Amino acid sequence: MSVWLNIALALAVVAVLGWVFRFAGQKATGNNPYFRDMPYAVAFGFALAVVLILAGVWLYFQPAANEQGVPAPSVIFWRWAVHFVAGSAVAAFLFRLAGRHVGTGASRKLFRQMPLTAAFGILVVLIYAVLAIFAAFIAPHGQEQVFAQANVVPGGNPALGGNPEFPLGTDQIGRDILSRLIYGAQNTVGIAFATTVLAFLLGGTLGFLAAVLRGWTDQILSRGVDVLMAIPSLIFSLLLITVASAWVTGTGLTVAMVVIIAVIDSTRVYRLARAVGMNIVVMDYIEAAKLRGEGMGYLIFKEILPNATAPLLAEFGLRFCFVFLTISALSFLGLGIQPPLADWGTMVKDLSAFINYAAFAPQIASAPLLAAGAIALLTVAVNFVVDWMLHRSSGLKE
Amino acid sequence: MNPVFKIILQRLALGLLTLLIVSFVIFTAVNLLPGDFAQAILGQSATPEAIASIRRDLGLDQPFFARYFVWLGDMLQGDLGVSYAQLNFQTNMGAAELKTVADQIAPRFANTMFLAGVTAAIAVPFAVGLGVLAALYRNSVFDKVANISTLTSISSPEFFLAYILVLFLAVLNPLLPSIANIYQGIPFTDRLIATLLPALTLTLVVTAHMMRMTRAAIINLLASPYIEMARLKGVKPLRIITHHALPNAWAPIINVIALNLAYLITGVVVVEVVFNYPGIGQLFVDAVKNRDIPVVQACCLIFAGAYILLNLAADILSILTNPRLRHPK
Repeated sequence: MSVWLNIALALAVVAVLGWVFRFAGQKATGNNPYFRDMPYAVAFGFALAVVLILAGVWLYFQPAANEQGVPAPSVIFWRWAVHFVAGSAVAAFLFRLAGRHVGTGASRKLFRQMPLTAAFGILVVLIYAVLAIFAAFIAPHGQEQVFAQANVVPGGNPALGGNPEFPLGTDQIGRDILSRLIYGAQNTVGIAFATTVLAFLLGGTLGFLAAVLRGWTDQILSRGVDVLMAIPSLIFSLLLITVASAWVTGTGLTVAMVVIIAVIDSTRVYRLARAVGMNIVVMDYIEAAKLRGEGMGYLIFKEILPNATAPLLAEFGLRFCFVFLTISALSFLGLGIQPPLADWGTMVKDLSAFINYAAFAPQIASAPLLAAGAIALLTVAVNFVVDWMLHRSSGLKE
Repeated sequence: MNPVFKIILQRLALGLLTLLIVSFVIFTAVNLLPGDFAQAILGQSATPEAIASIRRDLGLDQPFFARYFVWLGDMLQGDLGVSYAQLNFQTNMGAAELKTVADQIAPRFANTMFLAGVTAAIAVPFAVGLGVLAALYRNSVFDKVANISTLTSISSPEFFLAYILVLFLAVLNPLLPSIANIYQGIPFTDRLIATLLPALTLTLVVTAHMMRMTRAAIINLLASPYIEMARLKGVKPLRIITHHALPNAWAPIINVIALNLAYLITGVVVVEVVFNYPGIGQLFVDAVKNRDIPVVQACCLIFAGAYILLNLAADILSILTNPRLRHPK
């Protein structure tokens, strides 16, 4: 209970500090309007921010282990977090700087207007793409290779039970975690990407078809989509995977899962494609094309598709995140990507017990968090990029 | 008849129809399974007579539509059937008492509802409050930090947030239990403490959307003339938002709250597995792994029903909170 008491006490101190800060500001600046009209909540916010930053700095410079050599896990995790955030900010800044000086005029202009978050997002997506494509060359070991030493501790320090050959250690049956993380980029991201493409092909085609044909086709497709959307997607995919698991196993089940998720997600794409298509179909140039006697294929691919690219592209990013998270969740439940393929969701599930060791050996707990963090990092990055794209295309300056 | 009443009745009828069609979809999907339970429990070497007798007992020899309507009728009366695992046990081991699916689901359903309730009780005030503050101090550092952190939390998978919370609140600082140990007749406070960590995880998942919607709905209204008027007559900024902007912003906010509660239904599955919380989501995942059809069907129907109900509630509430729809000309 003393922890809650400490928190309450700290908040009370901050509350007093906020009042002191405003009062001091008023006195020091001769009742400057900025301080005179400052609401108490703002003063409290400033005080809280300053206290939090000071506490963060204090925690950062605490010793990482006490005199007996027992590690202080909070300090270590806090340092990792600070290093990660600072490192990614610097990397994003350098990446944006490079983009401003290298490349064609248009791309340089793009980078000049880019916020740091979007630069970070693009950088992360590029790194993941490289890892996924060249996984076989980057990974030190194979994804299915089983070594004699199981449960090697991450960190590569032999004194702590590590092994320099396996920088992130090995899992319960002796597979190299670093290699599996890298191959996970290939499998998890690749499968999610393929699923999203499939969903877009299916949903986009049907949506445009409904927009062009109208009438009965539109009614039947739209009502069918309504029914499919009435079932929560994770629940529905679990149900269909149950059915599929009776027919196929192993890699076949992974393929079945791709098809199932693509079909379920194509309903959302269908809605968007139909709505966008409806707005385009009433344009004069479509009428002109129809009068010229162009066929359905020409209408959809040469007239509607080019004009619907922008909203569909933004939707593609968001859809990818959704599919990626769904597949990760399914894999985490043990029903998604099947072994022997390395995959982040499954890795988190398999390694999750190590989190309980965090209190005395922080590096052991890092393995499951790295796999889960790899998933989170990619979706956050894609979201940052999509946020910026939508902001740009809508012309919102707010 | 009151027009609002009519609209609500229409929506209710539509919801029921959707539920009926969904039940048909679920039943059809399950019937795509090859072979049937009779073969599964008796194995390859079973005599055709034995298989036929079990099929007759379970009604598996009836035609497809007949079975659907029998199943639907049973469901409506609350008879969810008997789990295959239980039947299997009885057939092979000769257990005396059979636990029906309804018996299995009822306590777990209550647990899941408790989890969803605690989550809603934390998340809704938190998200709306945060949204109001973000709208009040829009474009400030606070707004940007809130924006980036909620965007990050909504894009992370549930299990990542769950393990981060476990790491900080259960392992490094042992404040809360990392395994939700809920047993029969647990005292309320213990139950609340055991539920808190899963509920906090779900809160992180659903807060972002609600907070962003609250902020957007309020900021949308701040440009209206009556807000300008209030500002000019000297009303304080916070009072403008709580007394002038918020009442008109409730419709979209309530809508997004209901949608997020519906989203909780899906999120609950993963979180229950992480924390070993004895809810319906965990039962569902286990049943999917064992291909226990009666349980899978019943859970699916319950999840879909709750999802449809909450979407329906969102629809109806947004009509009720909008005076223009409540009093059509």
